[in-house]
Amino acid sequence: MRRGVDWRQGSLMWALLALLGIFILYPVGRVLWVALSDDQGRLTLLHFGNFFRRPLFREALWNSLLSGVLVVLFGSLIAVPLAYIGARYEFRGKIALQTLSTLPLVIPPFVGAVALQMILGRSGMVNLLLMRWFDASIPFMEGMTGVVLVQTLHFFPFIMLNTAVSLANIEASLEEAAENMGCHGWRLFRRVTLPLMLPGYIAGSLIAFIRVIDDLGTPLMLNFKNLLAAQAYLRITTIGIDDVDGYVICVVLVVLSLASLFGARKYLAVAEYATVQRGAPVSRRLSGKKRAWVLLFIGLALGVSLLPHIGIVILSFAKIWSFSILPTVYTLDNYVEILFRVPHFVKNTLLYTLIAAGLDVLLGAAIAFLLVRSRLRGRNLLDAIATLPLAIPGVVLAVGFIRVFHGWDFPGIGRPLTSSWIILVIAYTVRRLPYTVRASYAALQQVHVSLEEAAQSLGANRFKTYWKVTVPLIAGGLVAGGLIAFVTSCVELASTIMLVPRIELGPISYGIYIYMQSPLGRSAGAALGVVAIVLVGVGTYLTHRVFAGRAGTAFRV
Amino acid sequence: MKPAQVKLENIGKRYGEQWVVRGVTLQIERGEFYTFLGPSGCGKTTLLRTIAGFVAPDEGVVYLDGEPVTDVPPWKRDVGMVFQNYALWPHLTVFENVAFGLRERRAAREEIAEKVKLALEQVDLKTTADRRPSQLSGGQQQRVALARTLVIQPRVLLLDEPLSNLDAKLRAEMRLELLKLQRDLGITTIYVTHDQEEALALSTRIAVMDRGSIVQEGAPREIYEQPRGPFVAAFVGKSNLFEGSVTRVDGRAAEIETLEGIRMTAALGPLLPSSPARGARVALNIRPEAIAVVRPDDATPFSNRLPGKVLASAYQGSLVEYEIECSGRSIKANVINPKGKPLFHRGDEVAMVFAPEDVLIIKTESPIA
Repeated sequence: MRRGVDWRQGSLMWALLALLGIFILYPVGRVLWVALSDDQGRLTLLHFGNFFRRPLFREALWNSLLSGVLVVLFGSLIAVPLAYIGARYEFRGKIALQTLSTLPLVIPPFVGAVALQMILGRSGMVNLLLMRWFDASIPFMEGMTGVVLVQTLHFFPFIMLNTAVSLANIEASLEEAAENMGCHGWRLFRRVTLPLMLPGYIAGSLIAFIRVIDDLGTPLMLNFKNLLAAQAYLRITTIGIDDVDGYVICVVLVVLSLASLFGARKYLAVAEYATVQRGAPVSRRLSGKKRAWVLLFIGLALGVSLLPHIGIVILSFAKIWSFSILPTVYTLDNYVEILFRVPHFVKNTLLYTLIAAGLDVLLGAAIAFLLVRSRLRGRNLLDAIATLPLAIPGVVLAVGFIRVFHGWDFPGIGRPLTSSWIILVIAYTVRRLPYTVRASYAALQQVHVSLEEAAQSLGANRFKTYWKVTVPLIAGGLVAGGLIAFVTSCVELASTIMLVPRIELGPISYGIYIYMQSPLGRSAGAALGVVAIVLVGVGTYLTHRVFAGRAGTAFRV
Repeated sequence: MKPAQVKLENIGKRYGEQWVVRGVTLQIERGEFYTFLGPSGCGKTTLLRTIAGFVAPDEGVVYLDGEPVTDVPPWKRDVGMVFQNYALWPHLTVFENVAFGLRERRAAREEIAEKVKLALEQVDLKTTADRRPSQLSGGQQQRVALARTLVIQPRVLLLDEPLSNLDAKLRAEMRLELLKLQRDLGITTIYVTHDQEEALALSTRIAVMDRGSIVQEGAPREIYEQPRGPFVAAFVGKSNLFEGSVTRVDGRAAEIETLEGIRMTAALGPLLPSSPARGARVALNIRPEAIAVVRPDDATPFSNRLPGKVLASAYQGSLVEYEIECSGRSIKANVINPKGKPLFHRGDEVAMVFAPEDVLIIKTESPIA
């Protein structure tokens, strides 16, 4: 029945390739080209030579790598025990563990940074108490320490979730066979469990690493700017769109991300060997002293993870909170400000992210359809381009967009794309496309072709088959993918602050950034942060509902 | 290590309110090949895992060589288990998989190399030592799993449906291999399967299980030829089960009328626990292969001759499977080696003949007084 090439599929693919080409490949390609060419248009590595000769940039590179490694290191210390406990033990209070795995993800790191300043900063709650009692203070939030602290709290769930999935996929009999051979306890963990969970752990770590390196908001908020992403941002925004160094930094960022992503994918592919054989994972009851220790550890981790949330909520109700342990005067005025006096941040966010999420669902479903159901030769290319945004830091995409779309009127809009809010929608759509492609792809793979063929053999035409059989079966995946796109776009900062044309066109993340610039605006910014947390929280909750409780599926690569 | 004797005493295990195993008592002698046979969910795997130490029984005691081991963890029991899905570690090579247990036992490097080599030779897998399990076929994986367990010379070998993931032909081959290997090594072996042919072919003794309990224990021939009750008769081999009552007892034979009104003569064999009296209610089983199918006008004298009409006929080369209607019910008859015998088709009138010795009384209830 299926002949070699279906012209409908073919033209759909070419249309998609053209679209992704214009909005992904071309801008990124331009960034690459600027960094790799001289003013005569010849290929050169000169700019990279200059980059590595500048101590400032060498330090930024070193700082970025170091912060990535430190976050993975400290994150692992929290994440691995938690993942192991969750996968292997049954006990009352386990629900806390699931909460713990998602709570940090609902607070954008740059919001968390501000909140932690209020609690752990130089004149924050804890240090004020320490000063009062011991006449000493601890510089939690100074320099890179603060960045690593905030990022560790935010990114450890990536390691935890991926490790937990690997652990859950280790079949019970693999560990039982080892016990049967006389192996148990720590040796069992080292010889069997650890090697088998390693793929998930490494993948999770690499994902966390990419996120750390890409993170622009945290360093900006904490005013520690000698990191790659922050440097790229500063070069382009202060020196200008023609500053080559900014582009070189962008390329370095992309290379680091690509390398990590490539590694993660390799390990995830290896991870499949653990899932070939299916079976119930081991679950042991936990009670008595052991349970007490476990609960203490979870409680501590939960408490520390909740600090940013607590801080931001208190700050959002504060009229004045300066050099005092808690705010001295409370008010609802901050919420009145952001919901009624300046409501456009919230409105813009909803408008941009919902459109972007909708576009992502459509594009994602179309791309996944071609990947799963067609035999077209170009589909691997399509897959590669659609996955690419995972490795493109927001800063880099924004730089590419400015470079490509600045200064000429886009057909149909009548002005440059960069002076319209549409550029933000496009940026969000591009950044989150991999999520919906993934979700749709996974959903579509579950629908065996024979289900469609059965419908067709019973007389349903192609369209009816899709509408009555395929779409209902993949609807869950589509909705989930769209929700993830929505949630993550809500708190997208890096590309936002570079691409917002005018302040009144800015979304929440931009609003928070602007408010946080002045001590007087901090509380209003915090109120916006709370709104962001609520949006992300609701979206995440719905995602989990759609995924039927398989917490965290959304946040794996 | 010396093969051990295994004793279970009143073993019970429940999940919530549901007993999956209850009141199991048995003793397995050194070097036996003992099989738990039963349908899925009968508790056979739970029992095996109880012996391995992965399941803690709620009642009863497990003894190895007379020593209670119920509270001994799996890693100290020294019983080797081969898992249904083989449970080969995907991150280790075949060599490393087989060497795992020896390393746990702190064997010297040369000793490990030597023993692993021998074990792999034993299962005919010398050349695969450096491969990963995923690069092996199902049959090869199975043999690695066996080698991995045998190399530590366990006191008892536990096999959890080890052949169920293989295709039919390979299964038959592996069955013979396993049989030879076990008899050569003389290792006490406990085998779990739902495949009655496997159980009959391999075992020295079989325990047929149903809903958590052993319903009959005995040598394969005993299980097949003298099943106690309709469950065993139906589960082990194919069967035609009847219920009826004894109308006449005449020395070594009883005349029986079934509920459908079919009359037949049963020989009262020496294995019967008690001879039924006149009027006793009995359950009968006639194996399909004991029934010959002949033309209605065939005059060969037979004490049991039933007229019937063919409902279905399936020619399979080495045998023909018939389903024949008689007095309102269907009876299965398998004609073995049909070459030269008449072949009947749907709708043909036939006669079924069988000897009184093949009418097995599998259950007797005394007549109601």
